[in-house]
Amino acid sequence: MLSVSSLSKSYRSGQERVGVLRGVDLRIAAGESVALTGESGSGKSTLLHLIAGLDQPDSGTVQFGDAVVSALPDADRAAFRRDRLGLVFQQFNLIPSLSVADNLAFQSRIAGRHDAPWHAELIERLGLGQLLKRYPEQLSGGQQQRVAIGRALAVKPLLLLADEPTGNLDEATADDVLALARDLVSRTGCGFLMVTHSARLAAMLDRRVHLHAGQIH
Amino acid sequence: MSRALWTLAVLLSHWRRHPMQLATLLVGLISATALWSGVQALNQQARASYDRAAATLGGARTAMLVGRDGESFSQHFFVDLRRAGWPVSPVVEGRIRIDGRSVRLLGIEPLSLPVEASSAPAIGTKGLQGFLLPPGQTLLAPETLAELKLSEGATPTTANGINLPPLTLQSQLAPGVLVVDIGAAQRLLEMPDRISRLLVGRAGKGTRAPLQTVTGDQLRLVEPDAETDLERLTDSFHLNLTAFGLLSFLVGLFIVNSAIGLAFEQRRPMLRTLRACGASARMLNTVMVLELTALALLAGLIGLVCGYVIAATLLPDVAASLRGLYGAQIPGELSLRPQWWFAGIAISVIGALAAASTSLLKAIRLPILIAAQPYAWQQAQHRWLLAQGAAALAVFAAGLGFLLFGDSLLSGFAVLAAILLGAALGLPAILGLVLFLGERTTRQPLARWFWADSRLQLSGLSLALMALLLALGVNVGVGTMVESFSRTFNGWLDGRLAAEIYLNAASDTQAAEIKAWLRPRPEVQAILPRGRAEVQIGGLPVEVIGFADHLTYRDNWPLLQSAAEVWDRVARGDGALVSEQLARRLNLRLGDRIEVPTGAGRWPLDVVAIYADYGNPKGQISVGFDALVAHFPGSAQTAFGLRVAPAQVPALVTALRDRFKLDNRSLADRSALKAESKRIFNRTFAVTAALNAFTLGIAGVALLTSLLTLSNSRLPQLAPLWAIGITRRRLALIELMKTLSVALITALLALPLGLLVAWCLIAVVNVKAFGWRLPFEIFPLQLLQLLGVAMLASLLAALPPILKLMRMQPAKLVKVFADER
Ligand SMILES: Nc1ncnc2c1ncn2[C@@H]1O[C@H](COP(=O)(O)OP(=O)(O)OP(=O)(O)O)[C@@H](O)[C@H]1O
Ligand SMILES: [Mg+2]
Repeated sequence: MLSVSSLSKSYRSGQERVGVLRGVDLRIAAGESVALTGESGSGKSTLLHLIAGLDQPDSGTVQFGDAVVSALPDADRAAFRRDRLGLVFQQFNLIPSLSVADNLAFQSRIAGRHDAPWHAELIERLGLGQLLKRYPEQLSGGQQQRVAIGRALAVKPLLLLADEPTGNLDEATADDVLALARDLVSRTGCGFLMVTHSARLAAMLDRRVHLHAGQIH
Repeated sequence: MSRALWTLAVLLSHWRRHPMQLATLLVGLISATALWSGVQALNQQARASYDRAAATLGGARTAMLVGRDGESFSQHFFVDLRRAGWPVSPVVEGRIRIDGRSVRLLGIEPLSLPVEASSAPAIGTKGLQGFLLPPGQTLLAPETLAELKLSEGATPTTANGINLPPLTLQSQLAPGVLVVDIGAAQRLLEMPDRISRLLVGRAGKGTRAPLQTVTGDQLRLVEPDAETDLERLTDSFHLNLTAFGLLSFLVGLFIVNSAIGLAFEQRRPMLRTLRACGASARMLNTVMVLELTALALLAGLIGLVCGYVIAATLLPDVAASLRGLYGAQIPGELSLRPQWWFAGIAISVIGALAAASTSLLKAIRLPILIAAQPYAWQQAQHRWLLAQGAAALAVFAAGLGFLLFGDSLLSGFAVLAAILLGAALGLPAILGLVLFLGERTTRQPLARWFWADSRLQLSGLSLALMALLLALGVNVGVGTMVESFSRTFNGWLDGRLAAEIYLNAASDTQAAEIKAWLRPRPEVQAILPRGRAEVQIGGLPVEVIGFADHLTYRDNWPLLQSAAEVWDRVARGDGALVSEQLARRLNLRLGDRIEVPTGAGRWPLDVVAIYADYGNPKGQISVGFDALVAHFPGSAQTAFGLRVAPAQVPALVTALRDRFKLDNRSLADRSALKAESKRIFNRTFAVTAALNAFTLGIAGVALLTSLLTLSNSRLPQLAPLWAIGITRRRLALIELMKTLSVALITALLALPLGLLVAWCLIAVVNVKAFGWRLPFEIFPLQLLQLLGVAMLASLLAALPPILKLMRMQPAKLVKVFADER
């Protein structure tokens, strides 16, 4: 379903260019869940951003179904994210002026795919029932993270990309959240790529890949 | 569609969480629209009434035939000319008295009236019968009816005992005119078989016989003016008004710009998230423009209503000064055309988009991912200050260019605009420098932080400070000009109004009677005849004044420049005093020769002096009375001044009034005239003062709102200080000091700027607009007063955020640290 091939990306730092990704190859099949690990600064977030079409690679392609995401114009990439992706960022990226309820719903509303029962189930399983009227600044870090996860799951994406979604959660809650995501994967057959530092969580997914020196091992 | 609506809802949620920001944005837009459209409404109202006056039968919009010497002529020319193919229509004009009031009476012949001339009073075919058949009708505007204190259908009696036809309202007519059938007018004016002029229609141009062959040299053709005298004269007044409207508009846009800029900065993460969640850049930008347009429409509507209120409030003053200065009749009730509403809404939307353009451009270019480079604000700010400083210098240079090479009122305003814009652009750089120097000269850590942090705040505050600088500068400038003017004007009035009593008789016979009556009276020390003729020199209306050779003038008349033996040469009849306005317009100097057209050829005169003639829109030449009578035998000799011992003035005025039935307009003592002149000028400047106060008020609001919006983003800077043990009260005090010190620096800078503005108004704009120059004076007390007002306004603006900080829950300060993960 998702196929990343020879993806390269470098950043300019001062005068020189530093290659972060150097020919990354990765495939994720429908219904497959993959853990992405790697030390800090190894380029995990960069890879996720490229897959999501938030940034352009120097070379290589990202292909989803039969669309080459990395070659699409901006409007089409936006549509791709809107209609197929669920994204959980490392920084939660909630909208400060929207309440929890609105934050949860806005992507599915913009995508025109609001599913009320599924929405209610998410709120229930993420334990957000008491917090719906609050604003992000009134939430703890873990609570914000759960809202961000809820927003990504609410659109029932074909591909769920999560950048350390459980970093701020206690073990029990992290396990719940992961179970929820896997539940979605098995129900809808979507793909799931999760960045994590936790070997325990990585072991709970179908497969684990390691990013090192700009390549997948 | 629903996608865009949801995106819009997310964008709008920002305003719900930041209502003050929304309020600022709206206040800016509303005040910009209100002041702009208020001024436009005033101008439009005045212009519309000029048009009405000009379109009144036989106004300057129609070509006409008049007598060689301006006198009336026999009506047989009408018949002759019509036979010769001229589409002419006769008009009689004169003044009649109704109940002591003098009104203009026009007699017309509706059947031959050219279409283009009759457009204003549009007498329909139905009305035509009523107008022509006995008893006929007297058409008049509602304003005239009200002024005469009569009701429709009344048939008032004139001074010579004839009744007018029944009064009939005709709303398109200019105020102050009565229109009747020509036959009735000839009876009322006692001008049997005479006509004042013939209107010439545009039809049938090809077939006319030459004028000479029909009427000899008895009549001359006057081509229609594209622009009436009134429009020409009042142009500069309206330009002044427009300039002030524009200035307030720009100050309002400053506020809009800062509010939108701030909102954009705060919404940046939201925009990124929206993009990441699948909103395309194009849709987001479209929705942002839509959002702004909707806000601008809302603000525009409210602004228009406010503008209407402003215009209605100022209209009496504007109408009074236009009447006083130019004799223009402006109806006291505001009537607006639909174009005004559309233009107001449009200006609001265009203004909002212009003010938002930088933010919108940034939004278009916004990358989804944050660049990892830490934002080097100091470096960026430095570069930004330098760029603005350079722009300021460029603008000043352009202003200097306009000053040196420009020669019109517009270039005068361009100089003014350049001074203001340059100062505003240069302000942040100067403030930055001052704060930097402050930082360098202190050792104490808290004081150093004080200066450094003020500098950091600069970019957030600079727009509001610019608005403050501009408002203050303009206030100082206009205040200085008005004060200079009123001092000069008072002194000048004393010199010009040297006679104690001014008289204007209704006719030459009455004048002779009055003089005969006055001569034997012991309290009358001198009778000073004054004559007046109107001519055109170089296309400009010029009045020629004849005055008696008397010590009153020799001793009192303040001349700006004069040659030797001025008074003797004027008395001899070959020298003339020329008003400053005329001298400037015709580029006349002492010793130059000026040729005055008279009925009997040209009259050469040497310019022997130039005198100030403030407030007179027409050019003026003053000559000896006898010389005037010799060259203009037909000129009215009904006006004269009287020298009387001051104690005897009231008694003599009463006696004259009783004896000769003179009203206020034809008999005035010096104190009444002076009071009247001052009243007119005060009302002229009342308009300016009101606009000025509005501008200062808006600047205060701008400062308040930027401080309020800044106060939230200030927390991360303040929280660490609080954490190391500085109380909230102390922090609040420091914050207050910071705001007040930047405001003080700004206000101090505004003083020299204001004086520069005043100089520009006095030496450039006034000269171009009105033709006279005032002596430039500085009034320190006034400056101090304005400084006080500015500091008070800043204090008021600074207090609410400070109070908020003092009452802030510690939890909110702690939160700053919690968020810094
Ligand atoms: N916009 C940027 N400009 C320059 N360098 C960048 C940029 N974004 C990331 N980098 C660099 O690229 C490298 C990879 O960053 P990335 O965020 O992908 O790492 P990561 O694997 O997600 O790390 P972590 O586990 O700490 O989140 C880092 O060295 C980072 O400094
Ligand atoms: Mg990362």
